Amino acid sequence: MSNAQAVGDLVSQPYKYGFVTDIETEKIAKGLSEDVVRLISSKKDEPSFLLDFRLRAYRQWLQMEEPDWARLGYPPIDYQDIIYYAAPKQQDKKASLDEVDPKLLETFDKLGIPLSEQKRLSNVAVDAVFDSVSIATTYKEKLAEHGVIFCSISEAVKEHPELIERYLGTVVPTQDNYFAALNSAVFSDGSFVFIPKGVECPMELSTYFRINSGDTGQFERTLIVAEEGASVSYLEGCTAPMFDTNQLHAAVVELVALDDASIKYSTVQNWYAGDENGVGGIYNFVTKRGQCRGDRSKISWTQVETGSSITWKYPSCVLQGADSVGEFYSVALTNNCQQADTGTKMIHVGPRSRSTIVSKGISAGRSANSYRGLVQIGPKAVGAKNYSQCDSMLIGDQAAANTYPYIRSQQPQAAVEHEASTCRISEDQLFYLQSRGIGFEEAVSMMVSGFCRDVFNQLPMEFAAEADKLLALKLEGSVG
Amino acid sequence: MIRPDAPVLLEIRDLHARVEAKEILKGVNLTIRAGEVHAVMGRNGSGKSTLSKVLAGHPAYTVTGGTVHYRGENLLELDPEQRARIGVFLGFQYPVEIPGVSNLEFLRVATNARRAQKGEEELDTFAFEDLVRDRLKVVQMDPAFLDRSVNEGFSGGEKKRNEILQMALLDPLVAILDETDSGLDIDALRIVAGGVNQLATPDNATLLITHYQRLLDAITPDYVHVMAAGRILRTGGKELALELEERGYDWVDQELAALAGEVA
Repeated sequence: MSNAQAVGDLVSQPYKYGFVTDIETEKIAKGLSEDVVRLISSKKDEPSFLLDFRLRAYRQWLQMEEPDWARLGYPPIDYQDIIYYAAPKQQDKKASLDEVDPKLLETFDKLGIPLSEQKRLSNVAVDAVFDSVSIATTYKEKLAEHGVIFCSISEAVKEHPELIERYLGTVVPTQDNYFAALNSAVFSDGSFVFIPKGVECPMELSTYFRINSGDTGQFERTLIVAEEGASVSYLEGCTAPMFDTNQLHAAVVELVALDDASIKYSTVQNWYAGDENGVGGIYNFVTKRGQCRGDRSKISWTQVETGSSITWKYPSCVLQGADSVGEFYSVALTNNCQQADTGTKMIHVGPRSRSTIVSKGISAGRSANSYRGLVQIGPKAVGAKNYSQCDSMLIGDQAAANTYPYIRSQQPQAAVEHEASTCRISEDQLFYLQSRGIGFEEAVSMMVSGFCRDVFNQLPMEFAAEADKLLALKLEGSVG
Repeated sequence: MIRPDAPVLLEIRDLHARVEAKEILKGVNLTIRAGEVHAVMGRNGSGKSTLSKVLAGHPAYTVTGGTVHYRGENLLELDPEQRARIGVFLGFQYPVEIPGVSNLEFLRVATNARRAQKGEEELDTFAFEDLVRDRLKVVQMDPAFLDRSVNEGFSGGEKKRNEILQMALLDPLVAILDETDSGLDIDALRIVAGGVNQLATPDNATLLITHYQRLLDAITPDYVHVMAAGRILRTGGKELALELEERGYDWVDQELAALAGEVA
């Protein structure tokens, strides 16, 4: 067997998180209609402004068409064949963790996210979302002492309706795009973070999303608001069981940063990717956008995308404030039949706004990995600057890498730089490392993690090692 | 240093090898004992670089006949990484660049792989830094090179020094240095050769592959072998290299022709 083939084989590693939790679930009937939207809203006992928001979105969605401009191929999605609400029974909001179904705690333990008081991660607060609902949030009280609100969005709707009403849908409007409209109509749960003026969030915040049901869509909604001078670092992780059907995941994330505020949002996405023939896996259609509303505000996206059968995702920054800063650091690994069309949009509105884009795509197997990015400089963005770097690494000879950079500038005094490269792990590089006693698998994984280093360096410390391990795991397997 | 009773480290017998369909090695014989320095000289295309790659286990070369034993063990059965771990080192003519992989981390992983094989304990980051700083002196290398990616943006001389640094860390018993002198200016050559000389002990051996006498002015070989058409045509002492320098390689062609005549 040639080295090239052996490298390809390396990338095939069984999915560790493919188990299903056997738990009684309350589900509504399949299908989507205005009644279903009303049902979801009433199940969550929502105020009327939110029901109106959902219905408006639903009606807009009906008028819209599914986008087909991405370089993705998949059979048409039957939106009437999806369950839009599923929740583990005993879902009344728990007063304490002792009341949470032990099976759920066990599930998160198995995923490496212990929630119980004794075992939970130190210095990371976790909101755990299982199918459509949040089951627990750790360190809430400790955070509250600092005025930080960290809870599920359903809870926030009850406890802080004024904040939700003020900010929800202001970054990603209901009619923004097809999947955002769908999410706005049926979103189930997600996280809400509010950092008041001048507060530096004392710990990392993290949400862990777990899809468990085979026929349920997951539509989570996350909203993070950092007031003047506030700062926060937030991380989301996701896994799902192995099914031979596809599950739709259409999330919306909105970030708002006021003057001098800073939000760092990191994602380690490891949804089930389907098998080696492309059967099963998550369809991941996600709208993530941050608005640097205030002067000198900063929003930084870091993503490590390793899962999903289809990824359609463009975490973006609207740089409204003067001297605001947007960043996008991305590693996307595709293998077998996975398809990813991912990138970012940097919309420069404010003067002297700056943005940085670093994208690393790794394609193995027969997968297709596309970077798609837009850098737009508006007429008032005097002195705006952008730097983009898009690197692709090909493993084997059947994978594809594409780069689609779009640059639009209406400001003659802006500086936009774009660099791109494509490389392949060469036999000579592998031999060089091997001839120093480094095994084949370790050599491949060293080179891949070296390729991704600029991005991993951006992850919160607690998760950088985890991301490195995850990638190594994806690359592990038998040689020869 | 020639000691007839020194243990044999490397024993090559009638070695044949090809790359793709082309046969390049056509029966190489060579015995290397502990403490010896050997030089293999020859023209481009004579097979000297192929010999080094075959010994290190490069996957592009296929061995079609003969044997290679390293301290009695069949070397040809082992993967490249196993050969390195048991003490066979290849210093590359063109060391490749590996972007993103930190030189320091690379050196540490490689050193620990060799140490594990020898039954020595693994060095953590701190212990390794101490070791590597000490070894840097062998090649008078700036510690700044440790923070860069493996060979990335290194000049020719810096790459070769990095090779000798690896040799100093891995402590091989047989070091094969493939055209280590190519692309070096006089100063760099002196430093690299000085490093090789410092690392020579009565227990290890060096196989130099080179075109030119000038490397052998700095590292004195015990044996000089002249390679042509995939075989070692003549073996002598260091004076053979001087003879080559004086007479050029034309007489090698004549000998080859004569040999062909005899066979016919």
